[in-house]
Amino acid sequence: MIHTYLQVAGLFASLSLLSIGGGNAVLPEMHLQAVKGHHWMTDSQFADIFSISQTAPGPSILIVTLVGYGAGLTVGGVPGAIVGGLIATVAMLLPAASLMYAVTLFWKKAQQSKWRIAVEKGFAPLTVGLIMATSLVMSRAADHDWRAYTLTAVCTLIFIRTKANPLLVVFAAGVLGYFGIV
Amino acid sequence: MSETEAGTAKVSLVELAWTFNHIALASFGGGLSAWSREVLVVEKEWMGEAEFLSAMTMCRILPGANQVNMAVFAGSKMRGLPGAVAAVFGLCLMPVILIMVAGFFYFRFKEIPAVKGVLHGASAAAVALTLAMVIQTGKKCLTGLMPVLLFAGAFVLNGLVRWPLPVVLAILAPISLFWAWPRERPA
Repeated sequence: MIHTYLQVAGLFASLSLLSIGGGNAVLPEMHLQAVKGHHWMTDSQFADIFSISQTAPGPSILIVTLVGYGAGLTVGGVPGAIVGGLIATVAMLLPAASLMYAVTLFWKKAQQSKWRIAVEKGFAPLTVGLIMATSLVMSRAADHDWRAYTLTAVCTLIFIRTKANPLLVVFAAGVLGYFGIV
Repeated sequence: MSETEAGTAKVSLVELAWTFNHIALASFGGGLSAWSREVLVVEKEWMGEAEFLSAMTMCRILPGANQVNMAVFAGSKMRGLPGAVAAVFGLCLMPVILIMVAGFFYFRFKEIPAVKGVLHGASAAAVALTLAMVIQTGKKCLTGLMPVLLFAGAFVLNGLVRWPLPVVLAILAPISLFWAWPRERPA
């Protein structure tokens, strides 16, 4: 059991600093280790927990929680699974978050530096383009058809033209989805 | 109080954790970065538009999930190390509990309770929130030929051609920094 937990901690701690651009970058390696390397779960289980983690609220990196959960389940039942999930989550978050913290400290000191001025001005348009790419990728991944696109267009208008609470709009769209309208 | 201090007036650790918890839970169906902007820039005014956008790209370049990195950035800006810990804790606690509950149902019953339709509808609105963010932030920063080219380049390479992010940034980041580098104006 301890052996499995050490494997979980070791795997995610090493993937953490490699996850440049987010968790998707290390997904193939995670899949390889969890399914083929350690036999914590099957291929289709990995695909299923991937879609669970994509749709659940919060950062999608939390797929690691479920990989750890699956690993723990094989050795310790549900309590073992919960411990495995927590170990995986902490192992994945800690190294990358520590690095980010170090960079943030440096960034605060660089208040007036030319680097900071250039990054804040130059990266803004770039980021807006990347965000627009994200919305395209999101709607493709969610397998949207013309009805969903229409709903997206209507909601976009509501968001930019009115002061409606976004949460209510998302909730209303969820209700439409529940009744199979989109 | 000067303007730079206005954003960093003492915010309690509980408020930081609670705020990021709110961002995380609002984002069912996706749209986490749009929700971060909505809450951090528009509602709480903890940071300005340009600071938020550039921080987001830094969060993407550095390893780790973007949103966890953003929590570290915002948390440490407001309250230092304890703030960063509180923000990450707030962002992840409820989602970790929820995803474990989902995992419990999945591994035991091979399916999760009927949420698929709800998420499908919610994700259409989450995409809309992300697009609205593009429009609102774009209005402020796409003010010339170079910004529009950088915007279009990032969208086409990453969104349409689907080149990996590191490749896209390796090409566009140096160009954008060169363009934005503060130069001495000849008086």
